[in-house]
Amino acid sequence: MTGPSSAVVRVDAAPQPIRLRLTFTLLGYGALALLACLVAPLVGSTPISVSRAFDRSVPFADNIDAQIFFLARMPRVLAGAVVGAALASAGVVLQALLRNPLATPFTLGISAGAALGAMLAISAGAAVALGPISSVPLASLAGAFLATALVYALATRPGRPMSTAVLLLAGVTLNSFFSALILFVQYMADFAEAYRTVRWLMGDLDVGGFGPIAGILPLVLVAFALFATLPSSLNLLSVGADIAATRGVDVARTERRAFLSAALATSAAVALAGPIGFIGIVVPHLVRLMTGADHRVVLPASALFGAAFLVGCDLVARTVLAPVEMPVGIVTAMIGGPFFLWLLVRKA
Amino acid sequence: MAARAQGLILAVALAAGAAAGAQPAARIVSLVPALTEMLFAIGAGPQVAAVSNYDDFPPEVKTLPHVGALLDPDVERILALRPDLVITYKSQDALEAQLAGAGIKTFSYRHGNLDALFRTMHDLGAATGHPAGAAGKAEEIRQQLEAVRARVAGRGRPRVLLVFGREPQTLRQLYVSGGAGFLHEMLDIAGGTNVFGDVRRESVQPSQETLLARAPDVILEVRATRPVLGTEVGRERAVWSALPSVPAVRTGRIHFLNGDHLVVPGPRIGAVTEAFARAIHPEAFQ
Repeated sequence: MTGPSSAVVRVDAAPQPIRLRLTFTLLGYGALALLACLVAPLVGSTPISVSRAFDRSVPFADNIDAQIFFLARMPRVLAGAVVGAALASAGVVLQALLRNPLATPFTLGISAGAALGAMLAISAGAAVALGPISSVPLASLAGAFLATALVYALATRPGRPMSTAVLLLAGVTLNSFFSALILFVQYMADFAEAYRTVRWLMGDLDVGGFGPIAGILPLVLVAFALFATLPSSLNLLSVGADIAATRGVDVARTERRAFLSAALATSAAVALAGPIGFIGIVVPHLVRLMTGADHRVVLPASALFGAAFLVGCDLVARTVLAPVEMPVGIVTAMIGGPFFLWLLVRKA
Repeated sequence: MAARAQGLILAVALAAGAAAGAQPAARIVSLVPALTEMLFAIGAGPQVAAVSNYDDFPPEVKTLPHVGALLDPDVERILALRPDLVITYKSQDALEAQLAGAGIKTFSYRHGNLDALFRTMHDLGAATGHPAGAAGKAEEIRQQLEAVRARVAGRGRPRVLLVFGREPQTLRQLYVSGGAGFLHEMLDIAGGTNVFGDVRRESVQPSQETLLARAPDVILEVRATRPVLGTEVGRERAVWSALPSVPAVRTGRIHFLNGDHLVVPGPRIGAVTEAFARAIHPEAFQ
């Protein structure tokens, strides 16, 4: 309780420096994210010449360096940035909404719904596509939306604010329920498909071009537009719904918005790259340890740091065992876990 | 008293098992489809009493009882069939222990390369009383492989990407053959150079970047379960155009081979190797 409330007090007592602090933080984290996105495409399992990659005199169809740079690496880096930002922000919002530091984008059953959709599409061998979104991401989006609708319906009663306790319990229960269905689908699938479903659960940013990213980008943009309206209310909400209400926050509306925007960001991220773990919990806490608890700073800083972190992890994932790759979800946990513990011990 | 009776039964069972071990198996349950095929190919078909849930070749197995598979063997039904030999996967320790308890011999199969395949066939012949049948079949397969090797000898050895798994309509979740295992060796006999031959694994999951860098001349997509047919061929072929510098993409040398026999390390590998060779060196078969 002391953490968030002291943050609120600090914000109230010193309203002036926030703008300055926000500017500095965003510049710092923005530079980090930009640096990650600029350096990552230069490094990979194959040495390439950057000058040749940008050499317009060689036809693109013959320029392998250019193809590796623009067709293989840039989409991955972009996918990493989008997914990292989406998962980290969703983590911040859900931790505030549920007033629970252990909440992650995967707590509410949305990713499990997405995973169930993906499992079904993989084991059915479905080959339908909607524009640039192929069958597996499409099915996983459908699963995520279904789970979101279910959790939302369970946690809301007409004329009453959303119950965050029910939200949390419904999410956790739905997670277990979907996990059982996932196991069932995997058990019924043949070997090759069962292995592919397991691989999907480890997360993968090799999305195969810009198309799939463009396909989910509208969802991410809507989610971020909603995120942008939240920080001040989240500061008060994380202290308590009653206190927030007395300070003029429309609690029901804020909670609805927080849930739906986090659900949307999570759905899009998981549909694109699978449930990449650890970002949604580690990045928000890391950022809080470095910047304090004010959501006006934490939310944008987490988005930027999440982007940089995932792009960096993917860089490790695709180079460390080259020419074989390591699933990025393993890297996020192996780097994020010890780093987080170190920060925790150092601060304590 | 009861304990002594149990001990006596166990001793009798063990003696029966030992006695059975001395002579060829008469009632065989096979949980490994590749070995079921081998049993029929070497002349032990009539001794097969039951097969796994995944068995569908040769056609004779369709009327036999299906008694589970790698993860879910139906122990009770297997015991009820009173086999004297059960062909299991190496990893089915629990099942092997249970069968040993019932005095039933097991033949443990471990997946491997072509040498392992011939060794398995030889051992299977010895265990089922068909050593000559096994030797004859092995020789026939060797000759098929040699014929393919001779056919493509002296020709170039194009760099081949052998794909055996991919998410439909995209280049995601790609599984290709590395430089180990029977598919890699068959590709070698068929006159191709595996672009991932240096990776000593059976299966590799390459990224787009590695695909561009390895630049295969020919792409062979093996579809064991979901065949690519009709209009799908054009659609799935178009997916590869996302990698325009890959020679196979530029020359259109992308082939889809359908059928689950393509990935079974059994007696049909000679025909499969020839199918690989026909795709890689069509001119050699004109």
